[in-house]
Amino acid sequence: MSDRILVDAKNTFCPGPLMELISNMKMADVGDELELLSTDEGSAADVPEWINKVGHEIIESFKEDEVLHIIVKKIK
Amino acid sequence: MSEKINVMITTENMEQMQMAAMIASVGAVSGNDVSVFLSMNALKFFLKDNNHKAPVAGDMGKTMLEKKVPPFLELFQQAVELGDAKIYPCSMAMDMLEIKSDDLFDYVGDPMGLTKFISDVKQGQVWSF
Repeated sequence: MSDRILVDAKNTFCPGPLMELISNMKMADVGDELELLSTDEGSAADVPEWINKVGHEIIESFKEDEVLHIIVKKIK
Repeated sequence: MSEKINVMITTENMEQMQMAAMIASVGAVSGNDVSVFLSMNALKFFLKDNNHKAPVAGDMGKTMLEKKVPPFLELFQQAVELGDAKIYPCSMAMDMLEIKSDDLFDYVGDPMGLTKFISDVKQGQVWSF
C-alpha cells in the first residue's frame, strides 16, 4: 500500500507550491501519491503543466473552501 | 523538450533577483539545462556571511516582501538541488570584490570567465536581469 503525502503549501505564492511539491516528490517513492494544497491561483495552471511535462499522473484536482487540492501519483 | 536556459544577473534589485530566481528554479525543475552567471551587483547576495538586503525598485517589490513569496536565495538553491542548475560566479567580479570560492554558498559553482559564458550561450535561451 503506497502512502499519500500531504504537501501543505497554502498561503505561499508562485513558485512556492510547485517547488514544495517537487521537493516532496524527490523524497517520495515511485507509486506514492502526493496531495498538494494551494491557495495560489497561478499554481492551478502551472502545477498541472509541470506534472504533465515531467510525466507524472494527476489523479484528481478539486477546489474546496478556496483551497486547491491536486493529487498526483509519482510515476518515475 | 529540454532546452538550454542561460540567465545572466547583474542587478541588485529585489524584483529582478526574484524574477531571475523564478526563471532559474522553474526552468531547472522542468528538465531544462539551466546556467546562471552572477556578476556586478548580484554576486554579493551569494556570500555566506551575506547581510545585504536587495532594495525594492517599486510597489510590486514592497507587496512581495509583505506577502509570503519564497526568498530568491531559497529559489536559487532549489534550482541547483532539485533541478541540477549550475550557478557560476563571474571571475572578474570575484577578483574585484576579493571574494574566494569558499566565501560563497556551497551550491554556487566554480568561477567562470566571460569568454566561456559567451561561448556557452551560443546555444539556447538567454535571459538577462
